[in-house]
Amino acid sequence: MHSIPGRRVILITFLIFLLLPIYWLVNMSFKTNAEIVSTMTLWPHQPTLENYRRIFTDESWYSGYINSLTYVLINTVISIAVALPAAYGFSRYRFLGDKHLFFWLLSNRMAPAAVYALPFFNLYSAINLFDTPWAVALAHCIFNVPLAVWILEGFVSGVPREIDETAFLDGYSFPRFFIKILVPLIASGIGVAAFFCFMFSWVELLLARTLTSVNAKPISAIMTRTVSAAGMDWGLLAAAGVLTIIPGALVIWFVRNYIARGFALGRV
Amino acid sequence: MDKTINQKAWFLVLPVFLVVAFSAILPLMTVVNYSMQDTFGNNQFFWNGVGWFKELLDPSTDLGGRFLASLGRNLLFSVIILAIEVPLGIVVALSMPRDGWSVAACLVILALPLLIPWNVVGTIWQIFGRPDIGLLGYTLNSLGINYNYVSNEFDAWATVIVMDVWHWTSLVALLCYAGLKSIPDAYYQAAQIDGASRWAVFTAIQLPKMNRVLLIAVLLRFMDSFMIYTEPFVVTGGGPGNSTTFVSIELVKIALGQFDLGKAAALSLVYNLIILIVCWVFYTVMTNAGAERPVKQGAE
Repeated sequence: MHSIPGRRVILITFLIFLLLPIYWLVNMSFKTNAEIVSTMTLWPHQPTLENYRRIFTDESWYSGYINSLTYVLINTVISIAVALPAAYGFSRYRFLGDKHLFFWLLSNRMAPAAVYALPFFNLYSAINLFDTPWAVALAHCIFNVPLAVWILEGFVSGVPREIDETAFLDGYSFPRFFIKILVPLIASGIGVAAFFCFMFSWVELLLARTLTSVNAKPISAIMTRTVSAAGMDWGLLAAAGVLTIIPGALVIWFVRNYIARGFALGRV
Repeated sequence: MDKTINQKAWFLVLPVFLVVAFSAILPLMTVVNYSMQDTFGNNQFFWNGVGWFKELLDPSTDLGGRFLASLGRNLLFSVIILAIEVPLGIVVALSMPRDGWSVAACLVILALPLLIPWNVVGTIWQIFGRPDIGLLGYTLNSLGINYNYVSNEFDAWATVIVMDVWHWTSLVALLCYAGLKSIPDAYYQAAQIDGASRWAVFTAIQLPKMNRVLLIAVLLRFMDSFMIYTEPFVVTGGGPGNSTTFVSIELVKIALGQFDLGKAAALSLVYNLIILIVCWVFYTVMTNAGAERPVKQGAE
């Protein structure tokens, strides 16, 4: 009763629609530019690893990946660390202005990055963080922290209150209860929240590009370089694109069992 | 619910408040400040009061015309993608296999487009749609359809919309799938005993159970499509002409392209206000839906 007629056909068609453009990118990344421009081939006839070799041997290319991963990781750690106590607070207590605060957080998740690009540039230049991973990591907090609070609040609410009360009766102090009991109980929720912080920080470009110039430039900004150099280096562009998909694919694989619940923000 | 009133909970929330306030309130104050001023370069600013706001809402001026046109395009875009992605997402969620290894495989493939950096999404479709080297563009053109997203407005729109459907339908599908998974089997058994048709099962059981997640999906999709920037910018650059220039693209053009800080700031504030209002409406509906739930179940 779950499903609908012709479900296999629908699902397979949709999955092919999702995979085809990605396949095309992978296909191009193994071709030489001569082959890309001259003929239309469904798979590389003269497969080459040259495009990938150039990325892994040129520091200005691979440092982009390191920069991106650095600010994504910093952002994830900050977001989860500040969101955990807040999620507990929102889930368990009522306090002055709690609903307004929650709405204000939510509205920041929705705020357009384009609005903040310029003021962030001024702000982080003023405090000497411009062109460091910290600037991007802090800037991405504006949408990741609210999201993390939102997800974790759902998971904390799934833990019965009796557990808190028993722990306090047993003489646990609040920090000890938090680390020894609550965190292990919502470990999967923390994983999901971390996944989302990783995801939204990894895919964002506008702020990351505005807040960096040379030293902390993310890979997605470096990719645009291929446009200017003597025509268009399609093969190199495609290889760089493929390499940006891989971290995401790996992370999905780790959280695949929680993905559906996570996308519902712990609220099903 | 049985939450206790405890003002000390503010200490738990304080770190979040500080981090977000640092990145939200401080920059917004600069925006408000700029929005009242005009600049001719050299860091010299002049008081302009509400002049920019007046211009912004008056379609006969250059700024107002550009803003309102991009706003109209953006709303049209959001409506179209919602009309495609929500039904398609529901259908895909209903088509998911029930168990076995294929569930994990489908979930991973579905989630894949969501984790691709947005400019790479743009690059993928830029390449895929090109008539000379892209599979889609090449196939369409060899079928006799004259397709070129660089010069033809309709093709540019079609490409941007298909790209967004490709990119984000998975989100709707995953949300709906999570909603469907939470329906206990007993509901289906009861429906079977009653001899309910498949359509009745869908409208009476599955759709109401997906209500909440669908609201989240529509909210997220509306907001994200309303502030879309990177993907269409990479593919079409806002063109041909201005035909795919959405609000964020227009804003970045004014702010970082022309450095017209006053105009950009005024636009930002109005833009933010629209988002805040829509967000508030959704939030109210969502919390009300949550509050009504137990009552409804009791009445059934």
